[in-house]
Formats: sequence, structure tokens, C-alpha cells
Amino acid sequence: MTPLPKTLQATFLASALAIALFPLANSPFYIELVTKIMIMAIFAMSLDLLVGYTGLVSFGHAAYFGIAAYAVVLISPKYEAASLWLTLPASVLIAAASAFVIGLFVLRTKGIYFIMVTLAFAQMVYFLFHDTGLGGGSDGTYLNFKPEAKLAGYTLFDLGNTRHFYYFVFALMLLVYLFLRRLLQSPLGRAFIGIKVNEHRMWSLGYPVLRYKLASFTIAGGLGGLAGYLAACQFGFVNPEILSWHQSGNVLLMVILGGMGTLYGPIAGAFAFVMMQEYFSALTKHWQLLMGGLIVLVVLFFPGGLASLADRFKTRGVKKPVVAEAKHG
Amino acid sequence: MDASVYLIQILNSIQYGLLLFLVASGLTLIFGIMGIINLAHGSFYMIGAYMAFSLSALTGNLFLAILLGIILSVILGIVLEWLLFSRLYRREHLEQVLLTFGLILIFEELRSIIAGDDVHGVPIPAFLNYSIPLTENQSYPVYRLFISGVCLLIAGAMYLFIQRTRLGMMIRAGNTNREMAQSLGVNINLIYRLVFALGMALAAFAGMLAAPVSSVFPGMGNQVLILSFVVVVIGGIGSVWGALVAALLIGFADTFGKVFVPDYAGIAVYLLMAAILLWRPEGLFRRA
Repeated sequence: MTPLPKTLQATFLASALAIALFPLANSPFYIELVTKIMIMAIFAMSLDLLVGYTGLVSFGHAAYFGIAAYAVVLISPKYEAASLWLTLPASVLIAAASAFVIGLFVLRTKGIYFIMVTLAFAQMVYFLFHDTGLGGGSDGTYLNFKPEAKLAGYTLFDLGNTRHFYYFVFALMLLVYLFLRRLLQSPLGRAFIGIKVNEHRMWSLGYPVLRYKLASFTIAGGLGGLAGYLAACQFGFVNPEILSWHQSGNVLLMVILGGMGTLYGPIAGAFAFVMMQEYFSALTKHWQLLMGGLIVLVVLFFPGGLASLADRFKTRGVKKPVVAEAKHG
Repeated sequence: MDASVYLIQILNSIQYGLLLFLVASGLTLIFGIMGIINLAHGSFYMIGAYMAFSLSALTGNLFLAILLGIILSVILGIVLEWLLFSRLYRREHLEQVLLTFGLILIFEELRSIIAGDDVHGVPIPAFLNYSIPLTENQSYPVYRLFISGVCLLIAGAMYLFIQRTRLGMMIRAGNTNREMAQSLGVNINLIYRLVFALGMALAAFAGMLAAPVSSVFPGMGNQVLILSFVVVVIGGIGSVWGALVAALLIGFADTFGKVFVPDYAGIAVYLLMAAILLWRPEGLFRRA
């Protein structure tokens, strides 16, 4: 990964500042909405590691989101709050472990097969929660008490408090972004990118491609699980719909809408996607029609996503004077 | 359980499997020949079922409705291929997935606008609306046997069409090697349009046949779509024969799963797929 261009860095800082100051606006509805968007941004970044950097188009990423969300509900005691320090790592680990096991199966396939098999396994997890009594069946189940962040008997922050939770999610989003950026600069991350560019070459260079893919799949599953954990904490409720294939499709859309293989793109994609959803659904009952139409148009005419706008802007800014000089000279 | 119960479940499995085959065979042909992953395939199953509902209410005859429905779905298939899918051949699978995901949303919402969100029943034609008694208190509905029979006929016709006709030969050629077939003068664009329309019509037809037994409800295409994916994964992409075997396997796994382990029936099918993936990652009948 090359350092980001100056204009982008500036945009970044400005956006981060805007997000940091946003709760001053004092509108609980919008604070919660932005929190939800940031959770989806974490989810989308985790998928970007697979789709944009390892070349694995997973259409079942909601499974790990959902597994972690269910995990926190199921491991929390019913009548008292669990510890954040315990449930967060446990849920993320459970999601990562599930991704590891499912990865052993799905990574045996490639291309179209991979897309279908990831979808099928996610569907299996969906039915596991939908048909059995494990998590309350199709009705779902409640997280009665939000996890507590206690340190030496003193409560550091309260996840039930809208603002506290907002900043907690914001910090995690930044952490995930920095973690993934650092990861992609490491030899491990470079191997992921190498596999996306040319899997056979990596193979012939002696890289155990399958193991690297499994590593990427597991990390992405764990981070997707982190988003799921946060979502369960925010809504205090889980049902099988959070791991339905629409969820997998939506997060894939966020990645594409923002621009895959950029990390910041999926964050922008999550914002754009959820805002559009809000806007359309306020507009009409049949908002899915607008959403579907928009998706078709984006794929046909705008495949690079929002990040390509930044690129276009950048190259235009650089090239214009050169062209102008050549014309005049 | 006595033998007649097993017989009923076996017949149900076969009927369900064959119906899945109709949907999955179109899907696998479109994968194999056009290299396109089409999530909206299940929507055509749904569209077919709703056409059976509205057209049979309009004409008063299910078979007339099916005939009209097939014509309409072929036209819709051709228009879609011309308008959208012909632009996707050189695109990545990811983009195909997303575009067809968008199409699902559009079709579902149009369905909601046109036909509403209620569950509807479609009457079984009078002359098929009786049951064959098996024992004193158990019987089997003839319409289900009729479905199996029609599906078998179609499977046979498809086999003859693909193996024995000139057009079928061109389809097979396109399936094996697109560029070579094209350079030998096969009009591959026409073949694509034809295969796509055929696949869509098969899915819609399956939906129309199933409508009287399964009733017509929102989201009915999605369930079938994902099971068809499982069928294609198990059978091997592009293999119609594989799709038939896999569809029957799924039919049995699902039906008997519901009898013996009702809580885990939804998972049974996917466990079967996982086991076959371990054994043969490219499906049972992969192409050489």
C-alpha cells in the first residue's frame, strides 16, 4: 500500500473530525444512525480484505457478523451484565474460528463456485439459528444487559449511553482501519495482494496459497464478527435476519459502492448505502425498487465506486496543466 | 412407520428434486455456456408462480396460463439478455452478482406492487384434483405425480435437444470452447440469447408447475435459488446430467431430513454439500 495522496489525507482528517464532533449536534436519532453506519463500515472493511485484497468474492460474509452477534447474546448471563473484556474477544474469536472451519471447505473452490459455496454455508448458519432453538429460532432473542466496561471496579464507559457507545464504535472503526492498513503493509498482507493479482505465480514462488487464503478468511471473519458484536450491543436484539443473504449482499454493495481494495472506500460506501436506504425508505414503501435500480446503474456505469471519483479528480488535477501546455506550445 | 409412509416420502422427494432440476438445469447451462452467475434466476421461478396465479385466474385454465406464461417469460428473458446480461459477459463475477442482486430487489418490489404481499393459492385443475389411495387412510395426490411426470418429460426432451439436434450441438460446442465455436461460424450471440431465454423459461415453468402445491408467496424464489446453487455445486457447473443427480439427492436429503430430524432439515442439504465438497471440490460430474 502506498501512502494516500495529500488531498485524500485532508479529506480523511476532515471527515474524522466531522464524525468526532457530530454528537454535539444533540440528535439521538442521528447519533444512533451514524453509530450503525460505523458498525457497517467495520463490517465492509473486513469484507474488503477478502474481496478487494485477497481476490475472494465471499457472498456469505453475514454469517460471521451473525455468529458473533449471537455469541455475545448466548454467552452473556441472562440477569446481569457481562464483562466487555470477556465477551468482546470471545465473540470475535468464535466468529474467527467459524470462518476458519468454513474456510477449510469453501477455499477448496474458486470463482463462481466460491461465490455459491460461501452463500450456501452462510445459509446453513442461517438455518442453524432459524430452525433450532439455539437462539430463540426465527423470533430471535434479546441481550437483556449490555456488556460492562469495568476496570478495577470502576466503570470506564457505559455502552447503554448513546454518546459513549458512539465514541466506542468510532474508536474501533479507526483501529480496524489502522490495523488493516498495517496488516496490508506487512509481508502477510503483501502475500494476500499477490494472491489476488496472480495466484499461480504466488504458488510457483513457493507460497502456500491455501494457508494464506485461510488466514485472510479467518481475519476477515473475526473483524466481521467484531461488527456483529457491536450491532448486537447497539440493538440489544438478534434474529436470524442479521445473517441472511440480503445482509451479505448489502455489505458487498457497500464495498463496491465505495470502491473495493481501498479500505477507506468501504467506509464511504457504508455511509452512502445506509443514507440512501434511509432516504429511499422515507420516500416510498417500495424503496427496494429504487435501491435495486440504483444498484443496476452503479454496476453498469460506475463500477469503480466512490473511490474512483477521488482518482478521477486527482488525475484531472494533475494532467490538466500538462495538456494545456502542450496545446499552447 | 410403515412402507406406505416411506413410499409417500420417496415420491415427494422425487417430485421436489425434479422441480429443483428444472430450475437448476437452466442455471447450470447459463453458468456453463455464458459464464454468468445469475442470482435473478430464482426470481423467474417466483415470476412463473405469480403468472400461474394471475393468468389462471384470468383465463380459468391452468394449462392455458402455463402456455401464456412460457411465452411471456421467453420474451422477458430475451429482453433482459439484450438489455442487461449481454453487457455482463466480459465483466467480473462480482459485478454479475451485484447486478443480479439488484434485479432481485426490483423483481420482488414489482411483484409487491403488482400482486401484493399476500399468500395466494392456485387451484389444481379439476381432472388432476384427486388422490390415489395407498392404504385405508393414506393416499397420494395425482397432481404431484403429474409434476414428476412432466419434469421427466422435459428432462428427456432436453437431453434429446442437447444431444441430438444441430442447435444442441452448437450449445455443447459453446459450452466446451466459446472462441473455437465462434471461429467455426457459430453465431454465439444468438446461442447465448437462446440459452438464457430457455433457462429463464425453465425456471418460470417450474414455478408455474409448483404454484398449486406450494402456493404463491413473497420471497419464494430466493429459497429455490440458493438450493439450485447447491445443486449446481454438487452436480458440477455446466453439467445437466450432474444437475439431475444432484437435484434428486437434494430432494431426498431435504424431504427425509424433515421427517427424521425436523429441526435440522434446513441444514441437512448444506451438510450434504459440505461432504461432497470435501470429496470432489468441482462437483460430482465435473467437465474434463
